[in-house]
Amino acid sequence: MLIMPGGYVPIDYLPVLIFMVIASAFGLGALLVGSIFRPRRPYPEKLMPYESGNPPVGEPRYRFSIKFYIIAMLFVVFDVETVFLYPWAVVFDKIGLYAFVEMMIFIAILLVGYVYAWKKEAFKWD
Amino acid sequence: METALKFPVLTPAMPEIIMLIGALAILMLDLIVRKKDFIALASLILAGLVAYNVFGAAGETFGGMFVADGYAMFFKLIFLVSLMLTILISIKYIEVERVNYGEYYSLALFSTLGMMIMASAGDLIVLYLGLELMALSTYVLAGFLKHSLRSNEAAVKYFLLGAFASAFLLFGISLTYGITGTTDIRAVAAYISENGLSENPVLLLSVILFSVAFSFKIAAAPFHMWAPDVYEGAPTSVTAFMSVGPKAAGFAVIGKVFLIAFASAKLSWVQVLIPVAILTMATGNILALMQTNIKRMLAYSSIAHAGYALLGIIAGGAEGMAGVMSYLMIYAFMNIGAFAIVILLRSEGFQGENISDLEGLSKTHPLYAALMLISMFSLTGIPPTAGFIGKFYIFVSAVNAGYTWLVVVAVIFSAISAYFYLRVVMYMYMREPKEEVRLTTSPAVNLALAISTAAVLLIGVLPSSVIDLAMYAAAGF
Repeated sequence: MLIMPGGYVPIDYLPVLIFMVIASAFGLGALLVGSIFRPRRPYPEKLMPYESGNPPVGEPRYRFSIKFYIIAMLFVVFDVETVFLYPWAVVFDKIGLYAFVEMMIFIAILLVGYVYAWKKEAFKWD
Repeated sequence: METALKFPVLTPAMPEIIMLIGALAILMLDLIVRKKDFIALASLILAGLVAYNVFGAAGETFGGMFVADGYAMFFKLIFLVSLMLTILISIKYIEVERVNYGEYYSLALFSTLGMMIMASAGDLIVLYLGLELMALSTYVLAGFLKHSLRSNEAAVKYFLLGAFASAFLLFGISLTYGITGTTDIRAVAAYISENGLSENPVLLLSVILFSVAFSFKIAAAPFHMWAPDVYEGAPTSVTAFMSVGPKAAGFAVIGKVFLIAFASAKLSWVQVLIPVAILTMATGNILALMQTNIKRMLAYSSIAHAGYALLGIIAGGAEGMAGVMSYLMIYAFMNIGAFAIVILLRSEGFQGENISDLEGLSKTHPLYAALMLISMFSLTGIPPTAGFIGKFYIFVSAVNAGYTWLVVVAVIFSAISAYFYLRVVMYMYMREPKEEVRLTTSPAVNLALAISTAAVLLIGVLPSSVIDLAMYAAAGF
């Protein structure tokens, strides 16, 4: 059965595999060793969720404003834009005019989204 | 290493570019213009402009990733026709539903742009991009009735299952890439036939994953469960659009992937698609028998029609593909015609979604009843309507390809379908009107009805108008 073309074995990725195995072994091993050696003396205060030293106030699951989602979504859009802009800026002098025009089109499309969000008052909290 | 990129030739992608710029401009225009009729008109003009450009934009660009051939052009024509008819039937309807926002038209335009990219995709990744653009816009459109729980449910259901189906598609693409080392559709085909991989079990797995994803998109059983709920909950105009555009786009990519990329592995995908086709026709036609909600009934009917169209794919070749393409074009006209009548029934404070709401329509509104009659006859496949022509060419291609038994099955299910289509006619013509039915007519809906009915009758009488074009477009298969 031929799976990879030319009987290709992804040998270059072997370090990644080894790294994954070591990382999981380390994480699980630390938990295992801890559970064997640590003293076990639970009392109510210790089992409380940790909230920076304050006693907890109310249930954590309450509804919060949908506006957070809009902010988060807008953040993702512009975050992704920067992700593209950085590598583009680094190799800018090598890739020529085409890449410049391409990036301008990309920014223009995002700009439309920005104007839309602005006009729909997505940036106003009230 | 060559790093300076060259400018690609943009002419083949011109319709899509115009569509994108236009859709963005309309989104911006909506912020300034208060009158939404104007936005609708601008969208119609844009769609017309794009349709005009489709025929001048032959060729391929972006290194073969984008192919504007006859095949793509024909499908783009289907998408644009259904877009224009949808806009026409929407104008009054979204006003009645109190969701008269300009975004409605932008989303429909973006969705159509996605379909056009799908039809032109020369690469599996471009195909996926187009599919996502189409799907994301349609998810939002399905939930456009913000205050209706049913509409919200439809959108969430459609989104969750659609995202799941997209994952299957990506999995299929990645396996294909794993075997062949390329995502270019023609290069995949060449690699498979040169290396004799058509029997490869991984390829079969990839074919199954593609079938799952595409079956979802065209609402073929057993991946049809979302369709009735989503079609019922979504705004009726969006249902009309969804049952035509994305379905046709689904068939466009099925043709590309199965008939081009996996052409030499036909034996393996035919054995997947034949059970799917039979199951789809069975589920669609049998479950439609007991529906009382007309939108649900039309949803099951649209499932059944996907089953018929799959026969053309199974038959394969230029003849089969031309059959599918003309069928989809005809289906666009007759289905939007039927939905236009359903839209007329919706008025302020009256849902008008039950089949019994049509009782005695021939007495109160004889003309609209006659138009519904033509749509129903066409969906059943009774000559001299276009529905007969569509089914006829698909069945002929399947018989010529040696699947006579499959055609016999299809004809039996087609006979079953007469019951639920003609029941609508019976309600309109043989029952007395219960109460005064007020129809929400508008010039735009009347125009859409006139166009679709004229097309159904014209194609029914002069089938060569569409068949010849489809034969020409599918000549490459």
